[in-house]
Amino acid sequence: MAGGNYKKIFKDGIWNENPIFRQVIGICSTLAVTNLMLNSLIMGLAVIFTIAFSELTVSIIRKFTPRHVRMIIQVLIISVYVIIVDIFLKAYYPEMSKALGPYVGLIITNCILMGRCEGFAQNNPPVKSFLDGIASGLGYTFILLSVSFVRELFGFGTIFGFKVLGDWWTNWTIMVMPPSAFFILGVIVWWARSKTEKEEKEKEGGTALS
Amino acid sequence: MIDINPMVIFLAAIFTNNMIFSYFLGMCSFITVSNEIPTALGLGQAVTFVTTATALINYLLYKYVLVPLNLEYLRFIVFIITIAAFVQLLEMIVERYFPSLYYSLGIFLPLITVNCIVFAVSLFMVIRNYTFLQSVGYAAGSGLGWTLAIVAMAGAKQRIKNNNLPKGLEGPGITLIITGLMAIAFVGFSGIVQIQ
Repeated sequence: MAGGNYKKIFKDGIWNENPIFRQVIGICSTLAVTNLMLNSLIMGLAVIFTIAFSELTVSIIRKFTPRHVRMIIQVLIISVYVIIVDIFLKAYYPEMSKALGPYVGLIITNCILMGRCEGFAQNNPPVKSFLDGIASGLGYTFILLSVSFVRELFGFGTIFGFKVLGDWWTNWTIMVMPPSAFFILGVIVWWARSKTEKEEKEKEGGTALS
Repeated sequence: MIDINPMVIFLAAIFTNNMIFSYFLGMCSFITVSNEIPTALGLGQAVTFVTTATALINYLLYKYVLVPLNLEYLRFIVFIITIAAFVQLLEMIVERYFPSLYYSLGIFLPLITVNCIVFAVSLFMVIRNYTFLQSVGYAAGSGLGWTLAIVAMAGAKQRIKNNNLPKGLEGPGITLIITGLMAIAFVGFSGIVQIQ
């Protein structure tokens, strides 16, 4: 029972309730860092860390928090973890910190974090919330990486900085520029939505038959 | 950075460095609220006002409180508290003294706290070392640029409302693709004025 529950949390976070293509929230800071895969990966890790620990903290103190100030408390908890990430990056990966620039700070206003804290951690025990945070973060990172995979492959002919396409490849400048990110994400959302649509139809058809 | 005219920064923030089309910020409400032009315009005005006002407050706080005390790393928390408190205060004042305005704009105010661009403007302003006037120009420009984008999007969405789309593309999918097309148009502005 418990094991199945945890599996469900992960499946929900990564696919069924993936924050980006189900609810289309939290893409503010998603797209700007998707020009290179490495940036996306670091950004994804930062988000996983922040969201998991914020949910844990919110969940631990959920019984002592007065309801009408809970929003501001959640924001403060999130900011604390974002500051930790920011200081950590500055100290150990100064180049990465420069490349991500203000986008690390912008994790605070990412709707996913508030959404998960308010929607899940507020009503669930700490361990479950922590895992839910990791799952949502993974779902988010997954999208980041798929967008940046396309952009880096066609824009620079590389993956994680390694050359995969030979010298014959002409870089597509459009992929380096912002508009491409909108197109790629749009297509991903389209694909994901049509897929669920089909699944739901099959399910409905199945129940009608039985 | 010191010698750029604030007016240039203002224009650049609207056209060449548009918050949506080149930094992807403020997308959440951009996608959900862009269905009707009047609503979009209302939200745009509210965002512009809040962005400018909070950028002013945050600039003063950062320059005269955080920097002298060597507490720059606390800026995330301080900025977000300023924004949340300002929006709350504004909501109360508007509700009390301008009821008609409250009914047209009031519903948007809580949304603004989590709008990325309000916070982003404060962060960019600090990172790029803008002076006071430059910050004002930048904040107002960013807000107006965002308004321009969301109103244009609302217009486009109204035109395609009755057209048949593939099922999965409806809603956010098509919004993202239209945004991409608009972003290409805005790329045409690049090079007119240059800020970082």
